[in-house]
This record gives sequence, C-alpha cells and structure tokens, in this order.
Amino acid sequence: MTALPQQVAKKLGLVIDLDTCVGCHACATSCKQWNDTGHSAPLTDYDPYGASPDGVWFNRVHTYEVSDQGHSRTVNFPRSCLHCDNAPCVTVCPTGASFKRAEDGIVLVDPDLCIGCKLCSWACPYGAREFDEVEGVMKKCTLCVDRIYNANLPEASRVPACVAACPTGARSFGDLGDPNSGVSQLVKQRGGFALMPEMACAPVNRYLPPRPRAAPSAPPLTPRVAGFDSALLRWVDRLLGG
Amino acid sequence: MQPAYSVIFFTTAAGAGYGLLFILVLNATAVAIPLRPVLLLSGLTLAGLLVTAGLLSSTLHLGHPERAWRAFSQWRSSWLSREGVLAVVVYPVALGWAWLVWSATGRSLTFNLLSLLLALLAALTVYATGQIYASLKAVPAWHRASVPTNYLLLALMSGAQLMHALQLGLSPRPAASAALVPASIALAALGKAWYWWRIDRAPPPSTLGSATGLGAFGTVSVLTQPHTEENYLQREMGFVLARKHAWKLRVLAALGMFVVPLLAYLAGGLSCTVLGALAMAVGLFIERWLFFAQAKHRVMLFYGGLP
Repeated sequence: MTALPQQVAKKLGLVIDLDTCVGCHACATSCKQWNDTGHSAPLTDYDPYGASPDGVWFNRVHTYEVSDQGHSRTVNFPRSCLHCDNAPCVTVCPTGASFKRAEDGIVLVDPDLCIGCKLCSWACPYGAREFDEVEGVMKKCTLCVDRIYNANLPEASRVPACVAACPTGARSFGDLGDPNSGVSQLVKQRGGFALMPEMACAPVNRYLPPRPRAAPSAPPLTPRVAGFDSALLRWVDRLLGG
Repeated sequence: MQPAYSVIFFTTAAGAGYGLLFILVLNATAVAIPLRPVLLLSGLTLAGLLVTAGLLSSTLHLGHPERAWRAFSQWRSSWLSREGVLAVVVYPVALGWAWLVWSATGRSLTFNLLSLLLALLAALTVYATGQIYASLKAVPAWHRASVPTNYLLLALMSGAQLMHALQLGLSPRPAASAALVPASIALAALGKAWYWWRIDRAPPPSTLGSATGLGAFGTVSVLTQPHTEENYLQREMGFVLARKHAWKLRVLAALGMFVVPLLAYLAGGLSCTVLGALAMAVGLFIERWLFFAQAKHRVMLFYGGLP
C-alpha cells in the first residue's frame, strides 16, 4: 500500500553531527558492504574496475566549504534517506512497492513489486533513491532493517552499519518520535535541524549544526615579502629578475 | 531532467489520440452535425492506434515492463496509477461506443451518455498524465497548475488537427469542427507562452545554503563532490539544457506546433493539413523534450547545481 500510515509507533532515524563528521566516507563504504548482501542486495556496480566506475550507493558524503567573513571551514555532509513522515516517494508509487512501515517508520522498497518506473526517485528532493540499472528496480537506504532487529548479532551491533562504522561518533541512531530518547535529547541540546522543511516531507533524520568556532585570538599573519632590508638581498633579487 | 524518448512519444502520441477521441465523441453528440459512421469509426481507429502505441512505448522505460500491470493498484494515492487505470477503462467504453456507431442506433440516450463518458475519460487520462509531473514538488518547473492545463490544451490541439485532416480526407465538404483548429492552436499557444514566461521568472526555489541548512553559518560552496564519476542522480536529474539552446528550440517548437499548422490551415486542402499535422508532431516532440530538459530537480542543489 502506498498510502502513508496514519500513525507510526516509532520514528527510527539517524542524527548526523556535521561538527564532528570528518568526511572519511566510512559510513558510505560500510553501508555498501553490509547492504550488498542485505535486504536490497545486491548494490550493483557498473564498470567497477574500469575507467568510470559507478554503482548503487545508499549514502553519499558531500564536502562543502562554509565561508563567513574571511574565515572558512570545511563541513562534511553525509546524505541518505531521511525516512520522511510525509514521504512523497511512497505516495507516487503506482504499484505499492514503495512503503512506509507503521511499526517503526522505515521507508522500504519491495523489490518484487517494483516495476522500475523511477517516479519515486523523481519525487524525492533529497536524492535518497538510486536506480539499479541491472536489477531494474529502485534501491534505497533500509536503515539496516536486517541489522537493527537481528537477534544473531550482539546487541551493541544492532545499529545501522553507517552508525557502527563512524570513527568519530558523528552518527547516532534511535527513535526520534520519543522525546526522551537519546537521539531526541541530542537534537534538543544541539539544535538539530531537518533538511528542506519547505518541502513539507517531514523528514525524521536530523542534522546537528557545526559548533561555533572561537574568534581567532591572534591577528592574521602578514606575508613576509614586502621588501628586503639588506642591500645584498636586494641585489640578489634584481639578479634573479625579481 | 533526462528526457526519455519513450515517455516523450507516449505523452505526445497518446495526447493526440485522446484529443482526437474527445473531439470525435463530442462531434457525434452535436445535433447540428450529421452522424457519419465512417468518420467516427476511422477516427476511433486512429485514436486507438495512437493511444495504444503510446501506452506500449511508455512501458519501454520501465525496469520491469512485465510487471506493468501492478501499476493499476495504487490509484488511491498515485497519479501514475490513476493514469494507468483511466487509460485501461477507456478501452471497453470506446468499444461499446464503436458498437453503437456500427449498429447505427442513432443518437439514443445511451449513445449520448456513452459519448460524454468517453470524452470525460479521455480528458481525465490526459489530466492524470499532467498531474504525474505537477505532483512532483521536487521539480519546481513541473509543480504548477499550468502543467496539466498545457497537457490538456496540447492534446486538444493535436486532436483537432487530426480530426480536420481526417474530415478532409473523407470528404471535401467543409466541416463544422474545422474552426477548432485555429481556436485550439491559439489556446495552446497562449498556455505554452504563459508556462515558459512563468518558469523563466520563477524565483530560485532554494540554495545550497538553505538545502543543507549550512547557510546560517556563511556562504556555502562545493569543496569536493561525493564521488568521482557521474551517478544515477546526476544522469537522471542533472540533465540541464543551456539557455541559448533552449531559446532556439522554443522557437522551433512554436513554429512546428503553432505557426506552420496555422498557415497550413489558412492555405486549406488535405495535403497542407497533413503537412501541418506533421509539423505539429515535430513541434510537439521538441516541446516535450524541452519540458524535461529544462526542468531542474532540487537534488542537484547538493551537487552545487540549480539556480
């Protein structure tokens, strides 16, 4: 059914800290590794050892420069499915392949129902869905649905692969529908925000803003090229054509 | 957005087919016009061919065309599904209508009701096609009411042109519905001009700063892309046509869709009308190609694209 559930019991999602993300892409590669054998397997690669390798990924890490009055900083920005409450990718699906689970709010694709019309990827403003050209079906982040409930894994490992892999703890997983959950508290403390609220998709995932930097204490360095104070150096400079 | 030829062919051919069907069945209910079964049945055949070829073509871009039947299930939420259901419902109604024409029952109440139902279904199917695009908030150039309006007007225009050619082909007498040709061309030209005017002046929907939420901390620019090679998103949604080409193509589309068919109509005669129809087909193809090629998807903001 592509109608969205009236109510979800849980809003499982991710909180991504843009302050501590170092842009190592470990989340993206570990996602690729886990999901290549998971719910939406395989994550097909095209021309993997050729001149222009490409393939299906659920997580893409962008890197931006944010400049403010001469001071700039690098912000790494992982982008994946936000498991929206009001997911447009679900309602446009003509077959019922794209659905949102009532029990935990995870948005999934049933690969046996998908006809590969790609309309869901057009409907998503976040670019969360990537079409598998070989399998002919749409693929997307499953929030590691085959990990988080997996009784065969030690309890500490029952988190999405991207969360488990992050070396700086920039990714947190939990129930964002419960105001007392760790992730909800984190969002509250750090002023976590939703992406593109104007799209009214009501995304579940939240991003934590970079922390303000302390004002630089020392004046900026001045380059030491202005002039040479010794006659010898001035002569060498002329000799070298400077 | 990447213009898929199968979808361009589908929307233009099926649009013309449904437009022809719409005019044909309304023509059949008009008391002032004598019923001409030969015209009605040949028109229905032409419309059926165009619609069927279009629908078959639309399945070509699917990853799993053999599962296309599943698309009839989600009509409660999906415009694509609604379009599919409507397109299928048209067939039995059209066959029933054809049977009434064939058995020459005249303008009975059943015939008139069936004609009106068929006209409504044809219009709704084209409207549903337009709504597939208009419902996508992520593509600002498509998310507007003028999109389904344009689909309807262009379908009506191409249908009127086909109807006119058909009537001239079957008898040299001037037909009452001929006036629909210049009228529908004028309406469609106004609609398209309005659409182009509006999308050119639409404010940029968001910026990289607002999309990432980082705008609050300064000016945001792309430092490194997340991957070295083009991915699905960039191929499918990063297709953007250079503005100068867009203008040349718009002029070509307008010449083909509106100017040449109008001149052909004024010149009169069957051969000119067929020529006008061919020019219209080429013009519509360019128009539909531009409809895709000029539409920018919001996801490209993350890659430093859009405004």
